[in-house]
Amino acid sequence: MKKKVLTVDDSRTMRDMVSFTLKGAGYDVVEAADGQQALGVIGANKVDLVITDLNMPVMDGLTLIRRLRATPAHRTLPILMLTTEADEKKKSEGRAVGATGWIVKPFNPEKLISVVQKVCG
Amino acid sequence: MSSSTALATVGGSRTDARNDVMAVNAAEEQYVTFTVGSEEYGVNILSVREIRGWTPESRLPNLPDYVRGVINLRGIIIPIFDLRARFGGGATSVTKRHVVVVIQVGERTRGILVDAISDILAIGHDAIKPPPDVDGGMVDAEYLSGLYTADDRMVTLLSVEKLFSVENSELDSATKALPALERAS
Amino acid sequence: MEDLSRFKQTYFDESAELLEVAESGLLRLTPGEVDSDEVNAIFRAVHSIKGGGGAFGFTELVAFAHEFETVMDGVRNNTVPVTTELVDTLIRANDLLGQMLAYAREGDPAPAGTTDGTVAALRRHLSGGAPQVQAPAAAPAAPPPAPVYADDEDDEAGLFGDAMAAIAAARAEEDPVPPGKLRWTIVFRPRSDLLMSGNEPAFMLRALRRLGDATVECHTNALPNLQNLEAELLHLSWTVTLIADPDIDLDKINDVFEFVADDCDIRITAEAPPPAAPEAPPVTDPVPVATATPPAVVAAVPETPKAEAPKAEAARPRPNGGGAEHAGLTSHTIRVDLDKIDRLVNMVGEMVITQAMIAEHVRELPPGEFQELLEGLEQLAQHTRELRESVMSIRAQPVSSVFSRMPRLVRECAATTGKEVQLVTSGETTEVDKTVVENLVDPLTHMIRNSIDHGLEGPEERERVGKPRAGTVHLSAQHRSGRIVIEITDDGRGINRPKVLSKAIEKGLVQPGAALSDEEIDNLIFLPGFSTADQVSNLSGRGVGMDVVRRNITSLGGRIGVYSTPGEGSRFVLSLPLTLAVLDGMVISVGEERFVLPLTNIVESLRPKAADLHGLVGKCDVMMARGEYVRLVYLHQLFGIPGAVADPTRALVVLVETEDGSRLGLVVDEVLGQQQVVIKSLEANFRRLDGVAAATILGDGRVALILDVAGLREMSRHMDSRAPRSPSSPAAALPAPALEPV
Repeated sequence: MKKKVLTVDDSRTMRDMVSFTLKGAGYDVVEAADGQQALGVIGANKVDLVITDLNMPVMDGLTLIRRLRATPAHRTLPILMLTTEADEKKKSEGRAVGATGWIVKPFNPEKLISVVQKVCG
Repeated sequence: MSSSTALATVGGSRTDARNDVMAVNAAEEQYVTFTVGSEEYGVNILSVREIRGWTPESRLPNLPDYVRGVINLRGIIIPIFDLRARFGGGATSVTKRHVVVVIQVGERTRGILVDAISDILAIGHDAIKPPPDVDGGMVDAEYLSGLYTADDRMVTLLSVEKLFSVENSELDSATKALPALERAS
Repeated sequence: MEDLSRFKQTYFDESAELLEVAESGLLRLTPGEVDSDEVNAIFRAVHSIKGGGGAFGFTELVAFAHEFETVMDGVRNNTVPVTTELVDTLIRANDLLGQMLAYAREGDPAPAGTTDGTVAALRRHLSGGAPQVQAPAAAPAAPPPAPVYADDEDDEAGLFGDAMAAIAAARAEEDPVPPGKLRWTIVFRPRSDLLMSGNEPAFMLRALRRLGDATVECHTNALPNLQNLEAELLHLSWTVTLIADPDIDLDKINDVFEFVADDCDIRITAEAPPPAAPEAPPVTDPVPVATATPPAVVAAVPETPKAEAPKAEAARPRPNGGGAEHAGLTSHTIRVDLDKIDRLVNMVGEMVITQAMIAEHVRELPPGEFQELLEGLEQLAQHTRELRESVMSIRAQPVSSVFSRMPRLVRECAATTGKEVQLVTSGETTEVDKTVVENLVDPLTHMIRNSIDHGLEGPEERERVGKPRAGTVHLSAQHRSGRIVIEITDDGRGINRPKVLSKAIEKGLVQPGAALSDEEIDNLIFLPGFSTADQVSNLSGRGVGMDVVRRNITSLGGRIGVYSTPGEGSRFVLSLPLTLAVLDGMVISVGEERFVLPLTNIVESLRPKAADLHGLVGKCDVMMARGEYVRLVYLHQLFGIPGAVADPTRALVVLVETEDGSRLGLVVDEVLGQQQVVIKSLEANFRRLDGVAAATILGDGRVALILDVAGLREMSRHMDSRAPRSPSSPAAALPAPALEPV
């Protein structure tokens, strides 16, 4: 059974790349363009991992993580956030609201896959 | 990769007719010739897209009589030029036997109305005589690319680019009737 | 690994959109009225461009985007104050970002120093406000080979760690490290709430096993009694012994625990193999696993007891064939190649023709029979129409994509001319075919420039005449009778008619003494070679005149007119078809010829009585229709068609209306019926003709010209003024085309 990863990013390029890379590594990938959409997708799919950008219109990544962690069913759902190297502050904010881990942008495909494996096998 | 293709061609295993022709006699080109009245004209075969029987045209308003009108060529609309009228012989009275030579000039497709197709000739460059000096103004030599004698016939070779470019500029100047000028008159 | 360059196209497409987002946001950015949503949107746009650029290794672009982003971040956090200068700098930065993208797209390096000036300007703004220093990620110092890494911040963990270290030490003696390898002992004791962050120790252990031969022991000593057990809390800890190649360094191991380093106690020790030819170590009893009180339970979890530890390569899930079955895309838009849509549009066009052809044949069937066939055809016609509309709507875009470029232009023009200009736009959401939208950019750009350059007065002059210092240019769009009408209105000085007229006479465009109406004088500005600027100005004098604007517009099947009131301003009115592909038309006949009149132009058709017809000063015929006099235009005269019905009382008059509301009566032989026609270009292979908008192919395969009503009106005016004619001998008054003899 393939693991299903939800990539949440307002950048189509980023979604495409995450999606393509992970599909190539044997994951199922679903996409959402912001936090609000992501909640919808998670409501409709059993998702094994969420990879979310932080800066997004409508609902940002931190809010998404907070909302997910507030739901019992998603308390242990792995959530990776996309951050930039310089964003130590964001990292700790993310951890504070319950992010599982982070992926530093820009990332290469190998790195993405290894991080994904690290949190969802 | 490309070198092996080239070898194969040289070896003769994949030549086509045109390559043969080109290879055998590079100085020769093929012309489609057709008649208008008693005269015979030729255009380079490479510019001819197709030859079709006459189908009724739709007329275009306020243009010289050699612009016969437009027809539907499989969904695109092409103008038909009446070669007889173009050379001052008056509009052709068309019958079902008349022929339209569809010509590609650059991006544009156009038809020329002629009486009949007569021949396809391979003409060597050196067999083409320059057109005589026709300074009298009767013939605009611009679109004549040369004369060729086949048996006892004379074939006038036309340069389609020039033929149509002349028409274009004439048409443009003809219709460049500035509204303001007219209004002022 | 797959080449990510396949996403470059997406990236560049998206970046182009993001640049526009950023630009329009920047143009709305006003000192003192900072809308944080706008600012966020700009920030995100730059951020996304930077993020994607990083993925493709566009380092120059990323470096520059980073500078830009940093300032935007400052704006976002209110540490960089928004000033007009800042906005200018940011707009420049956005432009430059566009250039950098262009270089990246071409694969060219940007010329040295391209970004220097802008970067310096950006940084000045940073230092002006509270600087947001972005600490570069400190590269972790390379650790010495094999020390013990202990994190003794918590006593309990310290104790625990000590015990584990003892175990490791014991094992080291018992089992020497194989030559050429390193043995790592990793003691991993997570905090009990680790699971709540979505981290899963099992995956980390698995990740360790990818690094080498790992033996994992699980410590369950902290497990509470069952009744106290909370499923979501973690009570286990682990010791992993990892025999790994030397290229596996501490970083790689730490990396496994990257996300949980703060939520657990981790000790990592390394041992190198014993020196060559080691003495046989004294075999002693293993140190008891845990001397810790109470009953120590050491559960050895034989994870992959000895079998080849999976190598990182092998462990990586293989790419599945095909890959992307159901992406479950939730984004509600898709990107489609325009060619595909155009193919669809063409097919629908052919279908419309075929349908018309069938309808034509069916009309010849005996009436009363084939009722079902007729009904079916009726439905087909309906569906074809809906299909056509749906397909066309795919290509429809709001004009906002063009309008949004104009604030920028206005800003620049205002700066260049020293005028104060306020741009007001309305109707941005009006939709029109993509091709039309794209082709609007140049004409609108020029017309707005023209309005500011020639129309608006300078602030002082405006004040003198009692107008507000800032001039207003109003750009609007709306749908009107099946076309899109765009108006550009300014409140400037209006067209200077005496000047225009004398200029036109000077240029030989008008004969001296010609009596032109105001409207006619105004429209002289559209003549080729006409320019009113006394000096070639930066703005309008670019060799592009209003004649080019008009040519652009007419080539789209559109029209342009100007209405001006001296001292109050000018209004340019552009009308364009909504689509360039299909229209609803009325097929009419004149002599042997058939034409199509756009349905949108038709008011009604009627057969006038003799009493309705009047001659007007011997110039033209007028007809009373619906209480007003309309001028009659004989199509067969305009177009020189023989064999047409000349007498209006025996012919038909189609009352048509142009976009500006003026009406005329078109005299034709017959009205054959209403039909959808596919617009075919006459210009593709031939040229434009006066009074003709385009051509089409009718059901029988014949070509029919689509008439341009406003063009016909123009033609008829010239005819009226040139050749007064009597209705009884229309054929004699054919406009002899001014042609050279051939």
